[in-house]
Amino acid sequence: MSVVLETIGLEKRFGGLTATNNVSIKIETGARHALIGPNGAGKTTLINLLTGVLKPTKGQILLDGKDITAVPQHKRVGLGMVRTFQINQLFGDLTPLETLTLAISERNGDGLNAWTNAGRKAEFMPEIAAILERFRLADVMNERTAILPYGKQRLLEIAAAIACKPRVLLLDEPAAGVPEGERHEILASIAALPSDVTVVLIEHDMDIVFSFAKRISVLVNGALYVEGSSEEVARDPRVKAVYLGEAHDA
Amino acid sequence: MDQTTLAKHSADSLAARTRWRPLEILFWLAAFATIWLAPTHHLLLAEIAILGLFALSLDLILGYAGIISLGHAAFFGFGAYTAALLAKFEFINEPVLALIVAGFAAALLGFVTSFLVLRGTDLTRIMVTLGVALVLREVANQNGWLTGGADGLQGVTMQPILGRFRFDMFGHNGYIYCLVTLFVMTMVARRIVNSPFGLSLQSIRNNPLRAAALGINVNARLVVVYTIAAFYAGVAGALLAQTQAFASLAYFDFDRSADLLMMLIIGGTGYLYGGVIGAMVFKIMQDYLSTLTPQYWLFWIGLLLVVIVMIGRDRIAGWASPVRDLLLKLDMAIHRTRTGS
Amino acid sequence: MLTILFDGVAYGMLLFVLACGLSVTLGLMNLINLAHGAFAMAGGYAVVILSNNYGVPFAVSLGLSFLISAVIGLVMERAFYVHVYRKSHLEQVLFTIGLVFMSVAIADYAMGSSQVFARTPEALQGQFNFFGVGIGRYRLLIIVICGILTISLQSILVFTRFGSQLRAAVDDQRVARGLGINVDRIFALSFAFGSGLAGLGGALGTEILGLDPTFPLKYMIYFLIVVAVGGTSSITGPFVAALLLGICDVAGKYYSGSVILGVKVPQGLGAFVIYTIMIVILIWRPHGLFSRATAK
Repeated sequence: MSVVLETIGLEKRFGGLTATNNVSIKIETGARHALIGPNGAGKTTLINLLTGVLKPTKGQILLDGKDITAVPQHKRVGLGMVRTFQINQLFGDLTPLETLTLAISERNGDGLNAWTNAGRKAEFMPEIAAILERFRLADVMNERTAILPYGKQRLLEIAAAIACKPRVLLLDEPAAGVPEGERHEILASIAALPSDVTVVLIEHDMDIVFSFAKRISVLVNGALYVEGSSEEVARDPRVKAVYLGEAHDA
Repeated sequence: MDQTTLAKHSADSLAARTRWRPLEILFWLAAFATIWLAPTHHLLLAEIAILGLFALSLDLILGYAGIISLGHAAFFGFGAYTAALLAKFEFINEPVLALIVAGFAAALLGFVTSFLVLRGTDLTRIMVTLGVALVLREVANQNGWLTGGADGLQGVTMQPILGRFRFDMFGHNGYIYCLVTLFVMTMVARRIVNSPFGLSLQSIRNNPLRAAALGINVNARLVVVYTIAAFYAGVAGALLAQTQAFASLAYFDFDRSADLLMMLIIGGTGYLYGGVIGAMVFKIMQDYLSTLTPQYWLFWIGLLLVVIVMIGRDRIAGWASPVRDLLLKLDMAIHRTRTGS
Repeated sequence: MLTILFDGVAYGMLLFVLACGLSVTLGLMNLINLAHGAFAMAGGYAVVILSNNYGVPFAVSLGLSFLISAVIGLVMERAFYVHVYRKSHLEQVLFTIGLVFMSVAIADYAMGSSQVFARTPEALQGQFNFFGVGIGRYRLLIIVICGILTISLQSILVFTRFGSQLRAAVDDQRVARGLGINVDRIFALSFAFGSGLAGLGGALGTEILGLDPTFPLKYMIYFLIVVAVGGTSSITGPFVAALLLGICDVAGKYYSGSVILGVKVPQGLGAFVIYTIMIVILIWRPHGLFSRATAK
């Protein structure tokens, strides 16, 4: 198993606050890796560093062994690293169909094509149809995203990332805010991801974490606290302590 | 719905976005009809066409990319002076060629200043764009030997368009020239906004963070659209200079940029025709109100702006929805009879 | 030369008092208010009417102009501006341009279109000599009043509870609300206060800036420059920006047309220099000279 994503001594400081503290992680190709930790542990900051939204104060990020620390955000997507956001980041005026069309034409380097019609490439229609169906968006494909119900928006959030054909997919709390009844759709679509796609998942819901992840990293106060297979981490008393507090604190 | 049908439905929906609407065709038919049907109004109509093109150029960056600019007149004025100077010093005698060159000159200016609007807040963008227009005005003012300074650039004689159509006193050929230019450039803009590039611009306007997360180089796209918009504004300015055989410092004024914004809020942004419609309504209102209350025209325009914003463009669009729904039904009916589906 | 510096400082401090309300409004409510100059104009006309027509003593009419503009500001805020807080910047720009146009037309209708001046008391006319530098009495008064205002503003912000609440609300509105700070009341009071200051500035400035119905349009860009270059996170930013602007403008006007080092200074160079410096500063620091890059 080769390492597809790696960080070496990654650090991010905001003035006096160290949000990410000397984090070194290795993630293998095809991994199902979960990133957990209490609120404010720096999980989203780590994703922002990995995707280039934030610049690290120190340390390196390697994708396929190549140093991408200085590569700008949009280029990392081209290298195969795609993420979703904890709070939906969608295009209010565009429809799901248009969003997916956009993702796919960008993926194909068609982004600067200012002449031909955006919907003209017939070869992508089957792929769009497949994604629409897989994420239960077919019935709302021509509605403005802004008026879609939250569950559908969340599905679109992930569908858009999938449309980029990621090699490494970083999911930031994909089930966040989704009502109980609609969660299984999201989880099913994550579970259905191809096995060569590496998935890193931030989640709070332990059921999701343990049903999905094979390896877990626990972040506390920006630093890597515990790392190992999901069985190891589930049994580790330090993890329980950091989430639930010591018994006599309650 | 099985996937093959879904795929076809997707393709159809995407095609439907960009189809010619009956109203559009009607608009252009009516516009070209005015050449023969309204010969006494050609001077006014030419002005509307020029303003419409100018407003279209702002719509490209405002309505599609979301950049607020209060200094778009910089490109208008730059194009105007370039065209006027090319004619006056007889560097390029043929107007259409000069028009294109003036457009490219404005585009170059746009490219160079585009980097200024990439960073900072909306206020920064407003100030920087305004500043550029004011600086340009001062530069033109200071170099009176070239630009005629405060008196404007005079002594411009225009050669016939394409060597055959003279700029006559009543503005007939001038109007046809402006209308054809408006038509051609709107068609080109249509292709641009319906393209993958245009789609990416709309995504940038909606959510630049997500656009970047989809692999879009946001800054590069903004530079491109800003340059294109500058080209369009330059062409509009050149048209005015050529039809008037004159260029003045007033072309750089904040008033022009403010008028543009007004036209776009009246006509609506983000669908290409808002500029022309806004220009029409604006010019007609300006004429009507100036004769009605010459001194206090400013008050009514101000009130109009306040009311439009307070009611909200969405709600105003909502009032038009019965008409829009009717047109949509008409559109679908025509489409069905054509494809026999 | 020193006289120019003195005049420039006076002008700059006046601009600061005029513009700081705008800076607070932008930083606090994220509202671009191009109609800010209208409140200044109201204050200017107030002092003109009170002093010239009713013989109210100058000092009193200055105070009254502050109050009148503050009240107008409060009313406008509650009646009109509340509706556009949540709208896009573009809509705010268009809305406030509409308000300016209306106020200019109203002023034109009510006061006529020619320039007016307030009758300033005898004691403030003329200059006196201070170590060879000509000090205008009126300009000295401006510096003193504006200086006191600036210090008071800074003190209020730093030392009072209202000030901390205001700073908290500017920093992060949602969190401030969550802490129980009545943000709407702070909006209304700050807007009123800022408008009052603008009115006072307008009243003080009739002598120097000239007052006619086009005042809000003429000076709008100056206020915007002060706020854009100075940033909205502090008082020092706009203060420094205003001083810079004032000095450059006065110097530009003074030296226009004269010859320096054998080169003739063109007319209008001052404006050119100001805009260019503004653009350069905004390229270097897009969020303003002193602000942290947290603006939207």
